Amino acid sequence: MEPAFAILIGLFFSVAVYLLMSRQLVRVLLGVAIFGNAVNLLIFTSGRLLREVPPVIPAALQVPDVTIANPLPQALILTAIVISFSFFAFLLVLAYRAYQELGTDNVVEMRVAEPTGETAPPQGY
Amino acid sequence: MAASDYPVDLSQAMRMDPVPPGDWLIVAPLLITILGGALCLMTRKNTDAQPKVAIIFLTLLVLACAGLLARVLDKGVLTMVAGNWLPPFGIAFTVDAMGATLALVSSIVALAAAVFGINDIDKSGRRYGFYPFLLLLMTGVCGAFLTGDIFNLYVWFEVLLISSFGMLVLGNERAQLDGAVKYALLNIVATTLFLIATGLLYGILGTLNMADIARKAAAGGFEGPLMTVAVLYFLAFAMKAAAFPVNFWLPASYHTPRIVVAALFAGLLTKVGVYALLRIFGVLLPDARLMLSDLIAVVAIATMLTGVIGALAQTDLRRLLGFLVISGIGSMLAGLAIGTAPAMAGAIFYAVHSILVMTALYMAAGVMRALGGSYSMRELGGLYRASPVLAAVFLMLAFAVSGLPPFSGFWPKVLLVDAALQDGHGWIAGAILLTGLLTTIAVGRVWIYAFWRGGAEGTADGQLTATLVVPDEVRGPGVWLPIGLLLGLVVLIGLQPEFMMQVAQRGALTLVEPLGYLRSVFGDTVQ
Repeated sequence: MEPAFAILIGLFFSVAVYLLMSRQLVRVLLGVAIFGNAVNLLIFTSGRLLREVPPVIPAALQVPDVTIANPLPQALILTAIVISFSFFAFLLVLAYRAYQELGTDNVVEMRVAEPTGETAPPQGY
Repeated sequence: MAASDYPVDLSQAMRMDPVPPGDWLIVAPLLITILGGALCLMTRKNTDAQPKVAIIFLTLLVLACAGLLARVLDKGVLTMVAGNWLPPFGIAFTVDAMGATLALVSSIVALAAAVFGINDIDKSGRRYGFYPFLLLLMTGVCGAFLTGDIFNLYVWFEVLLISSFGMLVLGNERAQLDGAVKYALLNIVATTLFLIATGLLYGILGTLNMADIARKAAAGGFEGPLMTVAVLYFLAFAMKAAAFPVNFWLPASYHTPRIVVAALFAGLLTKVGVYALLRIFGVLLPDARLMLSDLIAVVAIATMLTGVIGALAQTDLRRLLGFLVISGIGSMLAGLAIGTAPAMAGAIFYAVHSILVMTALYMAAGVMRALGGSYSMRELGGLYRASPVLAAVFLMLAFAVSGLPPFSGFWPKVLLVDAALQDGHGWIAGAILLTGLLTTIAVGRVWIYAFWRGGAEGTADGQLTATLVVPDEVRGPGVWLPIGLLLGLVVLIGLQPEFMMQVAQRGALTLVEPLGYLRSVFGDTVQ
């Protein structure tokens, strides 16, 4: 199961990186979203896949008697999902506001903070 | 579940002895800042009360961090585990001298920023949450310095990042939105890279506790995969720390927010990245550091030199300071590249110095803008007559940032250059000294243009054309107290460096010989 997931994750990462390198802000944002999900899958796979046995310890035992599914990656992914979701929400608003104010969604044309053709600092004293 | 239902020996799973009261100091910085942030959020509309609440809680934070540092120096590395679960199952907070020192210095800078913000942040800025963001930013910063769990470190990075977004766009100006887009996207990519490395590390070693990772990585057997993880961590935190060539988000964004926000960011945020690099390559993956040391050295030197050369090419004072922040990161990375205990001590000492002096320089730049009406070196002039005190303050800070005695920048450079020469890295020592010379030129030019000459560009020699009005916004203790506090520390550390030297050496020793760190987490039986 893990090799198939590894290939899928690789696919996710390549799509995400391709989109992140785009000049259109919306495509970059889509790249960020896919990037985050690729990482979630990566953590999931890192915890090894075993779905048949739920991670519940029988009442009479202290430790599970058979190999069970790993519950920790789910906790990690849940944290990562919440964080990446809130970041994505902020980025969407930021990108929309930037588009409103700057009149472009092309990151190459966003030069308000760093104007092109700046003159050199004063040379003499 | 009542204890009688099952005959369970809880000592197998939990620490049964109660936490000593003093050890609560480990989590006190987080509790104080979260509580203060919540209170500030509740009083969001009461714009007069907010600074008071923030200053009270940040004073408490400074006291808690000072107490924590004193306790760490007294008792060695301290550990507290969530729910008292035995490590590596509970999330551990592990504090050593490096973490406690950086937390203390950061909280002092945050307090200074809160006071400076009284004048710099207007009503609308307060209503949009400068003070809640400031306190929550400190939660993230302190959490990152104090945690002993690598996934937890990721969470604290995200806490400080989202707070920094909020502060960066306060004011909603065009340039701010432009800068924020680049800052936000590149920092999110960096934290995601950090998370990828953490996921892979968990897949390899099956643990997230830093001490446990150090133990299992040292046991050997996974050198190849761990090298991949190490390189990913290096890339992620180099982006966070603004190391060349992944630093272009910093000069694109740090000159856009309110000056107090820029001062805070310049002081704190990049240093958290440096801290993570020191922690990971010192304690967690020392073998990988050994193999990467040449790469780190090249990155360090490139960061120092491109930073200071970038500063020489700037007209805007804030952008010049942004490049100096980058240049300082290079010196800290040089300490990591050399990797001996004195070099690591130099890196920690430099981080402390850089936090204080960069914040103070940005604040001084804010006052210069208020007096001279501009951040441009072409338009500034004659400020010496307007405020001789500011001229003296800026000159002292300029000497400090260049590493000239008797200020705080001198000692870490002495440590670093000495360590580089002793370890046979003469080229690193040369680069540090060259950077110091170029920094002196860069900031000396600012002083000559802004303070020494009589007016804006084109003023004839000996004439005074600048208007010398000191506006109300830079009168009063709200401006001078924080600058005075930071400058006082810069001078004090410069004149009496013994204490900071000892603390840095204690911190460096934990990085180079992490046995004390491991024993603090797993008990004294660890070999």
